Formats: sequence, structure tokens, C-alpha cells
Amino acid sequence: MMEAFLSLFADNSIFNPPTLMHYWSGFVTTVQLVFLSLLIGFVISLPLAILRTSKNKWINLPIWAFVYFFRGTPLLVQLYLIYYGTAQITGIQQTFLWDILSEAFYPCLIAFVLNTAAYTTEIFRGAIEATPRGEIEAAKAYGMGAAKRMRRIILPGAMRRALPAYANEVIFMLHASSIASVVTIVDLTGAARDIYARYYAPFEAFLFVAAIYLCMTFTLIYIFRKVEDKIMAHTKPLS
Amino acid sequence: MKKLSLLMGCILAASSSIGFAADKLKLAVDVPYEPFEYKAPDGTLTGFEIDLGNAVCAELKAECEWVIQAWDGIIPGLLARKYDVIFSSMSITPERAEKVLFSEGYYNTPSAWFGKKGTDLDVTDKAAFKGLRVGVQRGTVQDDYVTKDIGADTVEIKRYTTADDLVLDLTGGRLDLVFLDFPVGESTILKDENYQSVGDTMQVGGEGVGAAFRKRDKDLAEKFNAALKKLKEDGTYDEIMNKYFSYSIKI
Repeated sequence: MMEAFLSLFADNSIFNPPTLMHYWSGFVTTVQLVFLSLLIGFVISLPLAILRTSKNKWINLPIWAFVYFFRGTPLLVQLYLIYYGTAQITGIQQTFLWDILSEAFYPCLIAFVLNTAAYTTEIFRGAIEATPRGEIEAAKAYGMGAAKRMRRIILPGAMRRALPAYANEVIFMLHASSIASVVTIVDLTGAARDIYARYYAPFEAFLFVAAIYLCMTFTLIYIFRKVEDKIMAHTKPLS
Repeated sequence: MKKLSLLMGCILAASSSIGFAADKLKLAVDVPYEPFEYKAPDGTLTGFEIDLGNAVCAELKAECEWVIQAWDGIIPGLLARKYDVIFSSMSITPERAEKVLFSEGYYNTPSAWFGKKGTDLDVTDKAAFKGLRVGVQRGTVQDDYVTKDIGADTVEIKRYTTADDLVLDLTGGRLDLVFLDFPVGESTILKDENYQSVGDTMQVGGEGVGAAFRKRDKDLAEKFNAALKKLKEDGTYDEIMNKYFSYSIKI
């Protein structure tokens, strides 16, 4: 068994140490990019989702427009606009903005953050609006103010309801991050493209990277399953 | 008797014309591919490869005929004996070499560095590149050269899928230098007067473009190689090249 496994690697010219290091640095970039964009996206989307449920249209409408735009256009197009589009603005190279935009990483991060923030806002808004009326009425009956009601009753319930949909968003974000490679970032897919181009071996290069994405996805699914088991325990049947 | 001699005459004429046809070498080109092969306003074929092909034929003392053939059927046409040689900017690749027999390469487009006007850099000195952001097209011979001969520890290498994106990032200011096929850079970057090529053009590997023959025509390929070699040495090649190019494509 072990010998058969080793013989698989015996005469391969592609998966040598330099290539594996290339994949590894791609893996690190992917994790950084996805983790940061999800984290920042989450922090932005929570207040946006609360404000989105506001009855005041001056608060409500701009957020609706933001969400509408970022959900209504492909992430690839958003990335192109932020990466190539901004560089074409005359004089931008002389402003402080260029410190951020001249590297490929930050324009890409901005595009990912805005995109995931839009989707997450919509997920949270749905979860907040699905709060049973009875819970709100009961909270009111206890004399809770709007802020306390939001903090103690609505948000904890909404987070639970949003979890399955949010887990999906995290996985989609991981997969969507593969388009970072079109703006010269060497993420996992970028590494696979480099290796494909060097060895003319599309199957090996991309299958390997697909396997890594698969492992990452299953890890995420496992983590979210554990979290769901814990915080959604009350929804499970007793037996 | 008169009838018989007429018949004999016809047979002789026919057989001589058959013999004639056997000496005639047919070369296939896909037109237009300027400046390698295209039609002049009066309809005659002209271009670098046409002139070079004619020079080779003169060297071989063979009579040549040009056959125009669309690119996607150019190898099947050769194998079906519609013509004997493909002389149409066909890059030598291992995949094609399985089907056809290639001559030695007879031209290769050079590569060149491009940057902002006023970039002054000795492109033959590796140390001069220290710390620069360099763009290349992924998987090209230029990518190979920068990766192997200059290295990621000297420059920051950014790889692009298309030349368009590469040029956008150069003009956007995300790159200091790009290394491209000279004709590609000439038709894109040099159109903008704020940019220039840096240093001389250079040949960085690749087997270039060769004439293609049927696998069994080894004799013909050898004769071709000898003729090409002679033309490269006696100056005829340079003369033809200088007529169409301002830079060297000789290999």
C-alpha cells in the first residue's frame, strides 16, 4: 500500500519542492484574503443590516442601493473596476490612495469585502426581519427599549437563523477568491496557473488545487456544523 | 500517319508537362499575415516569407508556386499532398512536430523591454533590475527568461494572462518594466509616446518559426536547410529582412 503510494510520486517532475512551496505560498495568500475579507465584511454588514431594517428611507435606501449593486454585478467585473478602473483615473498616482491601490492585494481585498458585505447584509436583514412578532412584543412588555431589544432579543435570534446561510456565504467566498489570480495575485489558483504554464500539465496543476479547495471547504463545513450543533441545540429533536 | 504524329506529339507534350510538374515545388501560405505574407495592391503576393521562399527556390534551382491555404487546414493540406512545404510563420512545437517535419528555424520575433520614457537601464546587467516591478505574459519565453535569468529575488515578477492587462498595468503605474514580444509591444505600448523600448531587442529562446514538410520528405528538408543556411550567411537573408523590419528577427 505504502509502496504503491510512493511509486506515484517516484517519477513525477511536477510536484517537486519548489512547486509545492509555490502552492503553499498561494494557500497562505488565499487564506489571508478570504479570512480578512470575511472578517471586515462581517463587521461592516452587521450595522448595515440593522440600518437596512429602518423605516427611514434616507437610511434604508442608500444601503439598499449598495446591496443591489454588489449583488447585481459579477465579482469579476467589480474586481476589474477596482483594480484596472482606478488606475486609469488621471492623477490618482499622486494621491495617498495610490499607496493602497498600487499593490494588487488591497484592490482585491476591497472588492471582496464590498461584495461579501453586500451578501451578508442581505442574509442578516432577512434573519432580523424574520424575528417572530411574539418575541418583540414580549420584550416590549418587559419594558425593554429599542437598543436593548436589539441586543438581547433580536440579534441573538437572528444570528442563529442566519448561520446556515452565512456558512454558505463563507464557502462561496472561498471559491470566489480564486478570481484574485486574474489581477496578478498568486493565490492557490494563481499558483496552479503558473505551474500549468510552466509544465503544460493542466490536469495535474488544477486537480491538485481542486483537492486543496475541497479540503478547505470540508473543514469549513465541519466547523460550521459544530457551531450549529452548539447554538442551535434547542431546535433539535430530543432523541 | 499525320494523326499518329499528332498523337505522339500530344503524348510527348503531356509527359513533358508531367515531368515539369514534378520539379515544381508548391509552397503554402496563409494570407494575409503582414509583413510576412500579404497581397500588394496589384494582387501579387509579397512579404518577408514570400521573398525568402523565392530566394530559397532560386538557391535550389527549383520552380516554385505559392498556394494560398487557410490556417486551420494547412497541415492536413500538406499531408494530402496539395503542396510540399508550409512556409507560413509556423512556430515549431512538439505537438506539430508529431505530424510534420520541420526545417531549422528561419526567424523568431525578438523580445524587448518597455518602460516609461527616460528609463535608462542596462538591460544586460542583472543587478540593474534590483527591486523593480516587472510584468510578463504567463507561460511565454519572456516569462521563462525573467524567471530563470533574472529571478524572483532580484525583481518582483507579475504574471498576466493577456498582453492587454499587462499594458494597462504599465500605463497605470503598477509596473516599472515589461518584457514582451517586440512586435506586440510595438503595436501597443509604443503607440503611447510616453513610453519607449529600453535597450536592444534580444532573442530569448524558443525554436522560432520553421518550414514544414511531410515526414517522408527528408531529402527536401535537408536541401531546404542547406539553402536557408547559405542565405543567412551570404547576406541575402539580411537584405530581405531589412526590407520589412527595423529590428532583427534572425536566428
